Amino acid sequence: MRTLFDKVWAEHEVVAETADTPAVLYVDLHLIHEVTSPQAFSTLKRLGLPVRRPDRTLATMDHSTPTSSEQVFGNVPIKVDDAARQVRQLEQNAAQFGVELFGMRDARRGIVHVISPELGTTQPGMTIVCGDSHTSTHGAFGALAFGIGTTEVGHVFATQTLLQRKPKTFAVNVEGRLRPGVTAKDLILAVIGKIGVSGGTGHVLEYRGAAIRALSMDERMTVCNMSIEAGARAGMIAPDDTTFAYLKNKPRAPTGEDWDKAVTRWRTFVTDPGAVFDVAVEIDASAIEPMITYGTNPGMVLPIGASIPDNAGDEVFDKAMGYMGFHGGDAMLGKRVDVVFIGSCTNGRLDDLKAAAHILKGRKVAPGVRLLIVPGSQEIKRQAEAAGYADIFKAAGADWRESGCSMCLGMNGDTVDAGQYSISTSNRNFEGRQGVGARTLLVSPFTAAASAVHGRITDPRGML
Amino acid sequence: MQPVLRVHSKTVVIPSSNIDTDQIIPARFLTTTTKEGLGRQLFADWRYRPDGTPIADFVLNRPEARGAQVLVAGRNFGCGSSREHAPWALLDFGFRAVISTEIADIFRGNSMKNGLLPIVVDDATSRWLLEHPGAEIDIDLETCRLTLPTGAVVAFPLEAFARHCLLNGIDELGYLQSRLSDTERYEAARAW
Repeated sequence: MRTLFDKVWAEHEVVAETADTPAVLYVDLHLIHEVTSPQAFSTLKRLGLPVRRPDRTLATMDHSTPTSSEQVFGNVPIKVDDAARQVRQLEQNAAQFGVELFGMRDARRGIVHVISPELGTTQPGMTIVCGDSHTSTHGAFGALAFGIGTTEVGHVFATQTLLQRKPKTFAVNVEGRLRPGVTAKDLILAVIGKIGVSGGTGHVLEYRGAAIRALSMDERMTVCNMSIEAGARAGMIAPDDTTFAYLKNKPRAPTGEDWDKAVTRWRTFVTDPGAVFDVAVEIDASAIEPMITYGTNPGMVLPIGASIPDNAGDEVFDKAMGYMGFHGGDAMLGKRVDVVFIGSCTNGRLDDLKAAAHILKGRKVAPGVRLLIVPGSQEIKRQAEAAGYADIFKAAGADWRESGCSMCLGMNGDTVDAGQYSISTSNRNFEGRQGVGARTLLVSPFTAAASAVHGRITDPRGML
Repeated sequence: MQPVLRVHSKTVVIPSSNIDTDQIIPARFLTTTTKEGLGRQLFADWRYRPDGTPIADFVLNRPEARGAQVLVAGRNFGCGSSREHAPWALLDFGFRAVISTEIADIFRGNSMKNGLLPIVVDDATSRWLLEHPGAEIDIDLETCRLTLPTGAVVAFPLEAFARHCLLNGIDELGYLQSRLSDTERYEAARAW
């Protein structure tokens, strides 16, 4: 009796771990981007090594790339000089080492964790790594997917393997059903609120239960994406018919007989009845409200109708309140909004844009509020335009951009000013994450769009 | 990599819990394509005002921080992003070890691969260290023991292979390359 994680791990052990040495773990798919790969390519050059399996390596650019159409497709140079250099370096490295690159003007470009599922290169039972902590996103397909550092990016380039100690397992059982207006984002924020920002350290989470089974793939990716915000390097969901329906006919999914064989194999990637997890937590989905963060880590989170707890005297709390300009006892509803960001690898997929469009249809962004909507990929941009969402956004007064990580981390110049309140569908509300002095509140796309319309933090359930 | 056997130094204390990698080095500095020189940007938004002038009372700007090789911090140090720029910046500033009651997984792995020791201690030891900034301590990697100026000796865990690599100055890549025949056999045997 084994867990989903145990099965995927066992299939990829090249050498089992011992007391003296970690396991040598095989990597099926290595995703790379412009920010965490240059120094790893430099290592290969210094040692005179090739990328051992370019056929298992995919590159794109997303973190430092511009989102303005003029800078992506026009003749306007990339505004941030160092970002332009990073982009050029990835182009050169990919060409030199024979790695497939979805470059700046490629129709398949986008956030690395959005495009691999779209292409069908993310598949159940795989091991997937990337020099990015939100690699956990791919766990939504029943893959073991986790973020690595740049030294490890070099290890995978050179050997297609990693040295890893086997993590422990952690079941997150979510029974019941989410109520209308409550999303996968609210679910994962509630999980992080419950287990804490280091509750998953050393563990791989498996999200289980009726509420998880009822989620779409876009929603499952939102949940797995934020596993790292609970300290877990990876989060997984067992593949099922929802997974297979999503992957069917994707450009790089298996076809014909291979498809049937693959699905038969993929169905084995489930936790056996009676398998034991090292840790387990139970969550009732029907009790979850729209959630919002009030502090400077994702564990400082509340139901949107609640007031900030009065924890004055606690060092973390006091520092966070000073940074955010909030106080214990403050109600969250009605607080001021300056910037609203809808996008990122957490909430930049079509389901998310559909939710935003649902709220924004026939409505306007409040005066003085900046609403930036950034699709997760160029493919999603096209889909949102075809579905009419982009027209709704523009009519509402939103700024509709080319794809990328954008204001989630503000590397490309899309930043929030010091002191401004940013209602954001991204994943981290750390100090300065969206710009020096920026104050970030994490929410779902529903809550973000509703708050943009009123210019105040708003419960979206009155606007559905 | 140079072998790391022992760190003997005074400490610098930043008592905050959950210090994330965006604090250690903000994302706007990740546009670099090398590992060098990141010490200047370590804790940039805590160290400097927006106009670039240093904030005099932040601990890393104070004279007593000069030469310190050990950073003592609150629990869950290094959470957040996988950026290896975080240990690169700490090392470039001059740190050789970080001590907390809990250190985030990816940061811990990145640190050991670069010769920065991630030392996890119990609550009581952590409390003593947090309350005694500037204490002269000794970290012995061979015995995995930390000695406080009180004479107290505290054992700390460190993954066996990473420790072996640090003690002997071995790069883990060399080990993975030595197992490439296993990797080739594995690839050949796979039925899918």
